[in-house]
Amino acid sequence: MLETLGVDSMDRLLVDIPAQLRTSGLSLAPGLSEPETMREIRRLAVANQVFEDRLTFRGGGVYRRFIPSAVGAVISKPEFYTAYTPYQPEASQGWLQSIFEYQTAIAELCGLDVANASLYDGATALAEAAMMAVVQTGRHEILVAGYIHPEYLEVLNCFAQGRGFAVQHHSAAGEGAASPGRVAVSSGTAAVIFQQPNFLGLLEDAPALVELAHSAGALAIACVDPISLAVLAAPGEYGADIAVGEGQQLGLQPSYGGPHVGFIACRGELMRRLPGRLVGEAHDDQGRRGYVLTLTAREQHIRRDKASSNICTNHALCALAATVYLTYMGPPGLRSIAETSFRRAHALAADLACLPGIQAAFPGHLFFNEVPMVVPDSAAVLDRLQRRGILGGLPVGRWFPELENVLIFCCTELNDPDSIGELVEAVK
Amino acid sequence: MSEELSFEKSRAGYDGPRLPAPGVPGLSPEQGLPEKLLRACPPRLPRLSEPEVMRHFSRLASMNYSISENFYPLGSCTMKYNPVANEVAAGLSGFAELHPYQPEETVQGALELMWLLGRALCEIVGVDRVSLQPAAGAHGEWTALRMIQAYHQHRGESRTEVLVPDSAHGTNPASAALCGFKVVEVRSGTDGRISLNDLQAKLSANTAALMLTNPNTLGLFEREILEVAAIVHTSGAKLYYDGANLNALMGICRPGDMGFDAVHVNLHKTFTTPHGGGGPGAGPVGVKADLEPFLPRPLIAERDGAFRWDDDRPLSIGRVRSYYGNFGMLVRAYTYIVAMGGDGLRQASLDAVLAANYLRERLVGTLDLPQNGPCQHEFVASARNLGPQGIRALDIAKGLLQRGYYAPTIYFPLIVPEAIMIEPTETESKATLDGFVTALEDIVRMAREDPDRLHHEPDNLPVGRLDEVAAARNPVLRWVPDPDLERSRVGEVVAGASAFGIGSE
Repeated sequence: MLETLGVDSMDRLLVDIPAQLRTSGLSLAPGLSEPETMREIRRLAVANQVFEDRLTFRGGGVYRRFIPSAVGAVISKPEFYTAYTPYQPEASQGWLQSIFEYQTAIAELCGLDVANASLYDGATALAEAAMMAVVQTGRHEILVAGYIHPEYLEVLNCFAQGRGFAVQHHSAAGEGAASPGRVAVSSGTAAVIFQQPNFLGLLEDAPALVELAHSAGALAIACVDPISLAVLAAPGEYGADIAVGEGQQLGLQPSYGGPHVGFIACRGELMRRLPGRLVGEAHDDQGRRGYVLTLTAREQHIRRDKASSNICTNHALCALAATVYLTYMGPPGLRSIAETSFRRAHALAADLACLPGIQAAFPGHLFFNEVPMVVPDSAAVLDRLQRRGILGGLPVGRWFPELENVLIFCCTELNDPDSIGELVEAVK
Repeated sequence: MSEELSFEKSRAGYDGPRLPAPGVPGLSPEQGLPEKLLRACPPRLPRLSEPEVMRHFSRLASMNYSISENFYPLGSCTMKYNPVANEVAAGLSGFAELHPYQPEETVQGALELMWLLGRALCEIVGVDRVSLQPAAGAHGEWTALRMIQAYHQHRGESRTEVLVPDSAHGTNPASAALCGFKVVEVRSGTDGRISLNDLQAKLSANTAALMLTNPNTLGLFEREILEVAAIVHTSGAKLYYDGANLNALMGICRPGDMGFDAVHVNLHKTFTTPHGGGGPGAGPVGVKADLEPFLPRPLIAERDGAFRWDDDRPLSIGRVRSYYGNFGMLVRAYTYIVAMGGDGLRQASLDAVLAANYLRERLVGTLDLPQNGPCQHEFVASARNLGPQGIRALDIAKGLLQRGYYAPTIYFPLIVPEAIMIEPTETESKATLDGFVTALEDIVRMAREDPDRLHHEPDNLPVGRLDEVAAARNPVLRWVPDPDLERSRVGEVVAGASAFGIGSE
């Protein structure tokens, strides 16, 4: 190649780089063969303790669930995972159609009109939804009601401080769920945000919170658990304008917190405010149906500083996993998973409450598959469980001082009845 | 070749996979919850068996183009080959099955990997400390600008403008606007590099930062980068490096040494994590010491070989996403860095520059090449020489699809008319590059001899050119059920009006 270029060394191609900036190399170890590389990687992998899925009773936004083998088989096809964003539709119909199917599945799940092609995670999806509401209403205050995921709140604050809008948090400290009567909406409220079920696992009075938002002319944003939507009312059914959430449960491994996928769906009127990619149906000159990236006039590569968001790379492959998952599970499968999770969490809560010194943190509150329990000494309980290979409930005292000895226990279809027995035995 | 939507293939009566029964006593959700909290209409998801699912997605896979199949010359996207070992590494149960809220003592290997990756990135780009949280390049840009914003605010300065060259990636102005900054454009000079005069003219006491990529989007090294840095720093502003073009520089020179204060890195470009059809990627951000207090929290702290999360960082901008970053992508990138080593990374960048220059030289006389002199890892050609034949950059792109290649980035950067931006990367052989040149020569010959035929390419793919204007005018963004079909489905309620509102917008 150098010969074709008529130069005798690489230096001739690097002449534009000032000499004082040139380095002779990097202070990194020399390269390794594949077996040597994998030896180093395995050294790090085995230095971690993996808790068995059936003995993991911890959620807090990331869950161990059954992942159908078909999901892994599809997302490990190089035709999917080594493709770029589908800018050239004629050579990307597989990707575009699968995203169209994802958009449909998420819209269906949320009971709303339209969903985008994916966002990074549940937290950034929530922040994007808040920014949609600020632009749509021209108002500059977001109200957050009740116990939402503390990291989502922190991310929302980080976006709000940059973008210049206020976030008011009406905590439900001591009450478990938000009291709509105490959330002070005003003519400056752009949106009311709540999580259903909330971070503690308890069910909010979602219809009342939506009504509250609408009474002030604000939008209602529901942050939801996608599996729960097989059983719990869909955001569209109770009138929410935007639904967001974390899609990890739809066929993705925990992977120490990522990569997962944020989803966002909204009413049709808000379609042009959506961040990120959208895929739409199109036709060629022979009338054949195909799919293209569409409404790109919202996006950064066209609108630059006027774009609805800066999103470029999103989480397409994770969205594909969710699509395969939802396609395979179908309504009956999803419903079965949701019901099993619900029933096992309730059985676990009942069994734990029979132990001395342990009780529901918020008796009388309804929950789905996570339940806050008060224990005598949360650190000691978790230690005992860990010694038996059990990842116990999530301690939440570090975020909520009022919940010092509260553990949130979670059940999914992987926590079989025997594992619940083992947990209860170990807690004793 | 076409494939029905999964929703259209769905068949009533199929009950999904076999799943565990609850196996515990107690109430069902309908018995235990009030009606107002329960779902009225089940979601209309497809009902397909496993073989039907596998065939559907296998057929869709065959309608894609991928780097595992052939050359992907997308400028600024660094579509290099993705080593399979990366995938094996990320799939190890010791990584994939970790819960983010496990106790620190049970994830020491994960924390060590992130620590080592952070240190390697600091060495490669020449900064002091890195946050691995951002999920993508644009997210990293925004994170860096939030830090710069917090830095100025902490010093009691109100700086409200960010300078962005006219050749910049679209994410630059969008990220700045998302931070509430006013975006001020800086012109490129006639040689395609940033104009120092215009920079001086646009800089003010209001300037928070200049966003720059180097090599720039024309593939040219900003020769006056040290002068640029001095000018920016004298005004009290910060210099931000868009890492999209880092693949030209590894082991050759470092953004930190050029004077950049904050740098984002695209692991899905330079460090071979797969692009996944549009993510997930990862966009770590590195900074010099004076911006370090503002990094997202938590950061990994190390003492005597033990690792922990340090959340006690009062000046931090906070979290920019949940948990710790796209950990699975971090594992892949670290695997690549270990395999390549310092020597291999330098060679990769040298080879990327060589491949780009070779390809550029081979295209002399075929396409218009507006910039003179050597390029770095990519270059921009133009189709304007074919204007008289009515041929545009888009037609060249579609002609390449017809001939089994993906298209380069087109109509970007905006400062070159009919731009065709080509980045070959180091993982392509000379034979591949020669084949690509032959295809381009064939297209240009057709453009001159039979332009109308070129306008109708591609005609050998699942669809021809799609009417994107009509698609945007009347957006159909989802499948909706045929109402007659829907009524015939057993046990499912016909949905409310909300699902039908989209097609008419």
